[in-house]
Amino acid sequence: MTVKMMTAHEVTQKVFNKEELFILDVRNEDAFEDWKIEGENFEYFNIPYFELLDGVEEILEKIPSNKEILVVCAKEGSSVMVAEMLSEAGLTVSYLQGGMKAWSEHLEPVKVGDLKDGGEVYQFVRIGKGCLSYMVISNGEAAIIDATRMTDIFIDFATSKEVKITNVFDTHLHADHISGGRKIAEQIGATYWLPPKDAQEVNFEYAALEGGSVVTIGNTAIDIHALYSPGHTIGSTSFVVDEKFLLSGDILFIDSIGRPDLAGKAEDWVGDLRESLYSRYRELSEELVVLPAHFMIIDELNVDGSVAEKLGTLFAKNHGLNIEDESEFRRLVTENLPPQPNAYQEIRETNMGKVTPEEEKQREMEIGPNRCAVR
Amino acid sequence: MDVTKVLDAKGLACPMPIVRTKKAMNELESGQILEVHATDKGAKSDLAAWAKSGGHELLKDTEENDVLKFWIKKG
Repeated sequence: MTVKMMTAHEVTQKVFNKEELFILDVRNEDAFEDWKIEGENFEYFNIPYFELLDGVEEILEKIPSNKEILVVCAKEGSSVMVAEMLSEAGLTVSYLQGGMKAWSEHLEPVKVGDLKDGGEVYQFVRIGKGCLSYMVISNGEAAIIDATRMTDIFIDFATSKEVKITNVFDTHLHADHISGGRKIAEQIGATYWLPPKDAQEVNFEYAALEGGSVVTIGNTAIDIHALYSPGHTIGSTSFVVDEKFLLSGDILFIDSIGRPDLAGKAEDWVGDLRESLYSRYRELSEELVVLPAHFMIIDELNVDGSVAEKLGTLFAKNHGLNIEDESEFRRLVTENLPPQPNAYQEIRETNMGKVTPEEEKQREMEIGPNRCAVR
Repeated sequence: MDVTKVLDAKGLACPMPIVRTKKAMNELESGQILEVHATDKGAKSDLAAWAKSGGHELLKDTEENDVLKFWIKKG
């Protein structure tokens, strides 16, 4: 039968719409165990492509005849080979264009709300890795928060909206992905903001983002009010945009909270994390819509694909915000932590400007899930 | 090391390094050693896993100037 190509965008829409899909993942078993395409109604079968070089007959019975089938590999080549073999065996199958490499880099823009003056806030969902970036647009200007390495997507999006990017922020020094913030700022001539306490070792110029800083985007005042909220890193800073949205960085997620150990100081920073979550956030309006820098599991996505929830709802439902006992909280965030993100030390050094790996190397460093949270 | 055959898979993208390696291995006798040169980074984990599942032994692997080299003993 036929072999079709499916794009990461098409797969993302299937995730958002909770469609069914049968994924035949032909990567190594450990790669599959570590990280795969997640969807609520997706089914999986994993067998490395090199087990299929002599033919696909032995797996035909594992493949359902009533479901759409997607063959996935690391970079595309092997999935095309296996898809063609299945096609010769009479099946209609698709392969994922660009493989897991493309999946890791795909960003899906989703509008999360309007601003009082008619501006908009967009969330860029990096569906494969769980990273979330933001663009705040108002009166011809735009700010970007926690941009990923795929800088063209943000620049092209701003162009399509006919807005000029004036300010680029990172809520903290990231450990799970390489920031595109500095590159965008340099390319466009925008200001790049970073919390100075996270920037002690960086070797580039930046604007110091400190608690209380107010940056205005557009002609109408869309205040991006920075709120010092250490814990995940010592400099972690949250933003309140337009008195409506709380960009919580890696401090607070929908169903989890930030882990304090990725810069190596869990014991020192657990107190800061508790104060940020249990005191500073408590003083904010419960009506604020929390927009975090990550999601961990697909259940955290809303029906439109966005990741957002009212602060009041999180105070009621997020387990990490409901641990009365301080020593129990300390245990949760310092003991039995999940594995650290792939190459997180190298990623931090890249974000400090200490090393500049080639693009292929940067891709490899970012492979896998973000792992920035504890539940 | 007594290498029976050298396979040049440089410049080839996945799945070709493994496809060629498998073919070359078919021509060897049990106990003989195949040396493989590749530039596809994915070849490292894939060749190791392939050798294991096929009952072959990956004796050694090196990386020099972006060229990955493997020595595999046929099982």
